[in-house]
Amino acid sequence: MEEQFRGFIKDRFGEAVIREDDFRGEQSFYVKPEALVEICQAFLEDNELQVRFLSDLTAVDWLGHERESEGRFELIYNLYSLTHAHRFFLKMHLPAEAPKIASLCDLWPGANWMEREVYDLFGIEFVGHPDLTKILTPDDLEGHPLRKDFPLTYEQPQFSWNKDEPPEVIK
Amino acid sequence: MPEQRTVTLNMGPQHPSTHGVLRVVVELDGERVVKVTPVVGYLHTGIEKTMESKLYYQALVCTDRMDYLAPMSNNLGYCLAVEKLMDIEVPEKVQWARVCLAELTRIKSHLVWLGTHSIDLGAMSMLLYTFRDRESIIDVYEACGGQRMMTSYIRIGGLAHELPVDFDKKVRRVVKQVNEGLADYENLLTNNEIFINRTRNVAVISAEDAIAWSLSGPMLRGSGVKHDLRKANPYSGYENFDFEIAYGKNGDAYDRYLLRLKEIRQSLRIINQALDGMPEGPYRARVPGVVLPPKEDVLYKMESMIFHFKIITEGFKAPVGSVYQAIESPKGEFGFLITGDGSNRPRRVRVRPPSFINLASLPRLVEGGMFSDVVCAIGSIDIVLGEVDR
Repeated sequence: MEEQFRGFIKDRFGEAVIREDDFRGEQSFYVKPEALVEICQAFLEDNELQVRFLSDLTAVDWLGHERESEGRFELIYNLYSLTHAHRFFLKMHLPAEAPKIASLCDLWPGANWMEREVYDLFGIEFVGHPDLTKILTPDDLEGHPLRKDFPLTYEQPQFSWNKDEPPEVIK
Repeated sequence: MPEQRTVTLNMGPQHPSTHGVLRVVVELDGERVVKVTPVVGYLHTGIEKTMESKLYYQALVCTDRMDYLAPMSNNLGYCLAVEKLMDIEVPEKVQWARVCLAELTRIKSHLVWLGTHSIDLGAMSMLLYTFRDRESIIDVYEACGGQRMMTSYIRIGGLAHELPVDFDKKVRRVVKQVNEGLADYENLLTNNEIFINRTRNVAVISAEDAIAWSLSGPMLRGSGVKHDLRKANPYSGYENFDFEIAYGKNGDAYDRYLLRLKEIRQSLRIINQALDGMPEGPYRARVPGVVLPPKEDVLYKMESMIFHFKIITEGFKAPVGSVYQAIESPKGEFGFLITGDGSNRPRRVRVRPPSFINLASLPRLVEGGMFSDVVCAIGSIDIVLGEVDR
């Protein structure tokens, strides 16, 4: 099964695949960020492999690690084929300055909240997302908590007023 | 000036039928729902960030506190992921005990769901029956881990201690009690006309949509997709057990109710098999430097004491790389993505939260329907806000 998936992605997107990794028997492909949507669409439309399920997507912050040289943020897309019970990962590195990637909301409606979560916690922008707003942290929290340079213990004052209508005293 | 036709209503965050602190902003045209916006994050405590700041051992206790209705499933998911990262094989007895406990957890979680969901729909007495049976499962937890809810009993490489001496007897009593209880629930609900009217053809989602929305667990199977990670990608020795995947047909709230009852039955089957075939052996793997040595050894053997001290004070170092391990938790696909960076703390711990991702489909489930069905839809998704917000 792994051979089939490797063949598919290597044949059609040979130049977009940077390298392949099978750490602990999990198949993952490092791809160029700009090819993401095309690759996902090709997998989604292929009737042989039947990759219809976007299981998860998340990011890793490599700040201060030797891996940072490839790009500070690593995005991990977790795709699953229900028919073949096969899971594989698409990974890509994004730069530290203004990380940006195309949104997958057009392909999978379920990607909506996952992308909002990554945007909220890592500050990665998903271009073309219909409603890219914070989802977990309070509206007035500044910064992106899961970045490694966000302090662990310092707490910003929160919930002090409603965002849209601060009381007279504060105005 | 055009007449305003819709009314915006705020539900929650402190509303009993939202099962925690979920806020739902509903736009209504009369009784019809035009638009629904779930607002989450009131319970966000940064569990992922906390776990990233702890040693691999210490991070375990955070997992209980996410889906607090299914602590053993969370423990299991985390431990399996770390074991994959560190390439640890656990003894067979541990696998069987874990399966047994994970299935007890599934029953426990489904019972709480059943009780609260029926209360939402007006069947007040259900909660008393389901909590009666849940109590006996909690007693088993207490006997195992010493805690009733936040057990942390399943540890990296094995279990916290040996199973209690009367484990077998206790669990068999639970099985008998839940079996009898199931008859009560079915009598009260399955053919109950009010319950059927409130749930049939409500919150319907088709199989294609369920897959596109990344739904998992009962939400996916309720629509007729035969997918269960215990069968598809067996973990912790599930391939040794004989059970069936329960699945629905119409993808409505009633089908999901029937499906969860069937799942309880299948769990009882698995538990019986696990008890009958429970192998003998150690309760923890022997991997010096990574897995804590058994407490008895620590007291009498010098090497064990040194390892114990080393692991507790500085932990173990994980290789650079990411692993993902998903389990079929009561709510759906519950996965851990753990990234090691060569140090003794994880670089990244990502929880794939089934409740969060299933809840994202709420607008799809209720928009265009009646307002009174919103409560039913929220209930039938089976969310735990501790896990949604983490």
